[in-house]
Amino acid sequence: MFTELTGVVVSFLLVVILAFPLGRYIARVFKGERTITDFMNPLERLIFRFCGIDPHRKMNWKEFLKAMLTVNLLWFVYAFFAFLFQAHLPLNPDGNPNMTPDLSFNTAISFLVNCNLQDYSGETGVTYLTQLFVITFLQFVSAATGIACLIAVFNGLKEKTTNNLGNFWELFTKSITRILLPLCIVMATLLAFNGTPASYDAKDTITTVQGDTVQVSRGPAAGMIAIKHLGTNGGGWFGANSAHPLENPNYFTNMLEVIAQMLIPIAMIFALGFYINRKKFAYVIFGIMTVGMLCLVIPTILAEIHGNPLIAKMGIAQPTGAMEGKEVRFGPAASGYWSIVTTIISTGSVNAMHDSFMPVSGLMQMLGMLVNAFYGGCGVGILNYYIYIIIAVFISGLMVGRTPEFMGHKVEAREVKIAALVTLLSAFIIKGGTALAAYYFVHHANADWAVKPSAWLNNPGYHGFSEMLYQYTSSNANNGSGYEGLADNNPFWNITAGFAMILGRYLPIIGPLAIAGLLANKKYIPESAGTLKVDSLTFGVMTFAVIIIITALSYFPPLVLGPIAEYFSIH
Amino acid sequence: MRSKSSSLFPRDLLAQAFKESFVKLKPAIMIKNPVMFTVYIGTLIMLGVCIWIGAGETSQGSLTYNISIFAILLLTVLFANFAEAIAEARGKAQADSLRKTREDTPAKKIFPVGEIYTNEVKTVPSSQLRKGDVFLCETGDTIPMDGEIIEGIATIDESAITGESAPVIREAGGDKSSVTGGTKVLSDRIKVRVTTEPGESFLDKMIALVEGASRQKTPNEIALTILLASFTIIFLIVCVTLKPFADYAGTPITIAAFVSLYVCLIPTTIGGLLSAIGIAGMDRALRANVITKSGKAVETAGDLDTLLLDKTGTITIGNRKATHFWPADGIDKTVFTEACVLSSLADQTPEGKSILELADLNPNAFNTNGARFIEFTAETRSSGIDLPGGLKIRKGAFDAIRNLVTRAGHPFPEETAERVKTIASNGGTPLVVSQNDKALGVIELQDIIKPGIQERFDRLRKMGVKTVMVTGDNPLTAKFIAEKAGVDDFIAEAKPEDKMNYIKKEQQGGKLVAMMGDGTNDAPALAQADVGVAMNSGTQAAKEAGNMVDLDNDPTKLIEIVEIGKQLLMTRGTLTTFSIANDVAKYFAIVPALFITSIPALQALNIMQLKSPQSAILSAVIFNAIIIPFLIPLALRGVAYKPIGASALLRRNLMIYGVGGIIVPFIGIKAIDMLLAVFM
Repeated sequence: MFTELTGVVVSFLLVVILAFPLGRYIARVFKGERTITDFMNPLERLIFRFCGIDPHRKMNWKEFLKAMLTVNLLWFVYAFFAFLFQAHLPLNPDGNPNMTPDLSFNTAISFLVNCNLQDYSGETGVTYLTQLFVITFLQFVSAATGIACLIAVFNGLKEKTTNNLGNFWELFTKSITRILLPLCIVMATLLAFNGTPASYDAKDTITTVQGDTVQVSRGPAAGMIAIKHLGTNGGGWFGANSAHPLENPNYFTNMLEVIAQMLIPIAMIFALGFYINRKKFAYVIFGIMTVGMLCLVIPTILAEIHGNPLIAKMGIAQPTGAMEGKEVRFGPAASGYWSIVTTIISTGSVNAMHDSFMPVSGLMQMLGMLVNAFYGGCGVGILNYYIYIIIAVFISGLMVGRTPEFMGHKVEAREVKIAALVTLLSAFIIKGGTALAAYYFVHHANADWAVKPSAWLNNPGYHGFSEMLYQYTSSNANNGSGYEGLADNNPFWNITAGFAMILGRYLPIIGPLAIAGLLANKKYIPESAGTLKVDSLTFGVMTFAVIIIITALSYFPPLVLGPIAEYFSIH
Repeated sequence: MRSKSSSLFPRDLLAQAFKESFVKLKPAIMIKNPVMFTVYIGTLIMLGVCIWIGAGETSQGSLTYNISIFAILLLTVLFANFAEAIAEARGKAQADSLRKTREDTPAKKIFPVGEIYTNEVKTVPSSQLRKGDVFLCETGDTIPMDGEIIEGIATIDESAITGESAPVIREAGGDKSSVTGGTKVLSDRIKVRVTTEPGESFLDKMIALVEGASRQKTPNEIALTILLASFTIIFLIVCVTLKPFADYAGTPITIAAFVSLYVCLIPTTIGGLLSAIGIAGMDRALRANVITKSGKAVETAGDLDTLLLDKTGTITIGNRKATHFWPADGIDKTVFTEACVLSSLADQTPEGKSILELADLNPNAFNTNGARFIEFTAETRSSGIDLPGGLKIRKGAFDAIRNLVTRAGHPFPEETAERVKTIASNGGTPLVVSQNDKALGVIELQDIIKPGIQERFDRLRKMGVKTVMVTGDNPLTAKFIAEKAGVDDFIAEAKPEDKMNYIKKEQQGGKLVAMMGDGTNDAPALAQADVGVAMNSGTQAAKEAGNMVDLDNDPTKLIEIVEIGKQLLMTRGTLTTFSIANDVAKYFAIVPALFITSIPALQALNIMQLKSPQSAILSAVIFNAIIIPFLIPLALRGVAYKPIGASALLRRNLMIYGVGGIIVPFIGIKAIDMLLAVFM
């Protein structure tokens, strides 16, 4: 067990060691300083010229959002139709069918918004063309969108008073050429050398020791698995995601993948410090997020290591911990750690089945997604944290006897309204969605739908409730992991989760950007001894308290009926 | 007039507020406070449920239980109304007592005949005076109305307003021309023009602000209301979605439980106290004898970055005082002191008087029969005395006396010249004394810095407020006093436009600036400043320009105003924190209670070991209601401000109101539950 835990600790420390210089590098890239990737300059110029983009045009927050949303809409249309007609398009050696419109809707949104909820299975639901030119493409651009939007907020924080949040096209392009692409090339190569397939051939047929014939799916997966983690996307090439031996062959790739998904989110925190020249602010944020992560990781790993109490009651020893739904090559500690990393950071890739985790772990995974800002997704994690900061600033600003201000700008009714709206929204989506599902399950159990509501849940009772709650939590958080017990490929889940994903993606981006734009536009107020110090530990703790109270607390009742009730009923 | 009574709830106000809390149940009034309005709706729903049960419904629990919930919710609403009402009543009472002094005093109105005013004077009740009317006040009269002296000079007893018994002089023209209704003329005779319509004086405006008719939410109050409303909606979602969740779990939940959970979770504590806090802020300003023209001004005061303070009266006590006699070499100290005293016997200036004080000799011991006193003139720049014995003593500016001495052919003592320089560079004023054209020595005059003022500036600095001294002194003297008093900056040889420029410069840097002024030429700067405090004695123009009026004419009042503003904001912040932190315990009381019958395993969540689901819900709702009256005193008094730096202050308030807000309800709910167990 000691070795397993050491593996976890080492993989976390490695991330921090790698993220720090990466953060400094990212800050330099967006400040326009010299970096080692300047050889990309001609390529970028070519892209700008080809697309008719003036990368120096300044954008205010409205123009920035308009550019971002317009191009996202185009990608959605492209993806939707590609899935709808994939069977007739090339690169479909396995002859996989078209998607139904509702599945296509759900899948297009899912990858567009960096969620990667998969209501299909990679082996049978998509073709090599859609895997590569739709899914992988969206995995790149959705991550770059998040990074670009975060840099825009940084720009608002950096200047005393400004209208200019930067040029979306420039930030977006550089996020790909300078950050995502180089890192992905390195990682894909490492994965390919460790056994992840990178071939365009169709299914392979092998004969097992017993003499059975087995069809094994494969494909050019290594590149996608790299961006799936680096871009905190999480959608797997294969249905079993990173629990699949070809997607995550050994302990080394497991470590690589768990490091890769945390790398950019943590680097972005350090980049914040370097970019706006407030390192202490970044360190406090990093510290608070890390404490948040530990609060979730420790109970999870403990619960998994101690095994299932119901099995223990039967008198069966579980020396390897709770192993249901886990891969023997990873074990409970690494799987527990991954399950929290993937839920606090909106990756959503899994190396074990979350449905089979202990109730405590399920609770922690859901809390991770509800907060969605302990590191959080590529770019968007800090945007979510920004909303918490605004609310914390408002309350604690008053507590020090001044009208609230953040980084020299007054936080007033308009900003509070936006922050409140974003906060409200997730409560509405998650609880509203789950309530709707529960309503149909109870009152219209036999509705004549593609899948009858009564057949939605693999597990009755508390766990079934958790399955529904988890689905909306994951959709809203743009996480994409799921409790596999839920029968989710049907119009009800495809459509409702689709809308949950859209709202859960764009409002939490629009909100912080609008606030940053509005604040940056205001008169700058120099700091004095009476000003609230947002880079102090005290303020960090305050932000943490706000997160706990408005997130954890407002979900207490559904969590009680799901994982908490399940926990108490088996203990 | 300054209220000395420390009682927050005088009996008569209680009765008035009690009545008012019911009047405020009108939906049109309730809807102004979104948080409490939803509680109000919850109360009405519970009333419906009670009637429903009365009609025979059996699924909603016992009638007694439902009526109890209904009653507690009604109480919650009433408590919140009461908080607002008592704050209003206090503010009104304070303002009324100020206003009472000026009600219906007889006024000697001057009636114009033709184009010119004649002396036709009739006594009319003050209520008949209109803006522009002119009245006469003579010795012993009470001034019937606010106005501006247009003719004459008078000493006036303003103790009715300021509580200060020393009479003040007010005269036509200049910056001390305003008189206030209710004050008394002690001597002389003045003609006063009424400057306000009845019912439109600052005091009337302030009463209207307090009473609520014209009370507007301040920007920060609006922002906080939005935040609280969004918390309310979040908890509304919690409660509404709980219905399908409970259906899934097969748990029936009564309407009473839903409503109770909702009311307990939404921030009723701060929601109920929010407007009381705002009113109390204005009321505290009024208790400090400052009339605020808007609630926003008090709020802004908490944010001030820079204070412009006049040197005289704020930083130094009145005028310069003699602090030292420096005889020249070879001159006996007693001789010198006597010469100083003689030269100042007829000097009525404060400086002259201070020389007598310092010498501490009996002036009557000097024989000045037949002596001729020489007045100070701008040409000679000296004054003095010619005694019958031929002794001529002069006292004056250094170069004036030096001229006198050297012209008479006497050398000017080296060490005295040195001393003069030292005094000047120490921020003092040297006065050289000569006898028969020989220099005797030098008197040192110094500004006396108010005791304790350094500590106050220190306190301000810790609050993050920069202090700027405004003085007519030369830069050298100004610098010295600025350093000694501990102000951060100074404006020397200040002209009114200098103040204006300084304010603009600070504001361009994003700072909020406050100043105090009285003269008409201060008016533009008062209007430009974010908080402009006009002295009540000042001109009408100054009073119109500022957004506060200080009845005491006390220049140090700015410091108090900053603290009142900070207190106001802090009270809002801390009670919001407290209110939200309370939710933790309430969740642990109510949520297990809701599900315990169908999911017995959840008994483990009942960490307070509450007796039964019903008692748990009742306890939470009761706690939620009674915390409001418990916190009314805090809302009215305000949270104490301590200048210990922003982070330390945040830590302190987080510990008290955040951590305290988590712990207190656990204890409170448990205690109420134990009490209920006795009855149930």
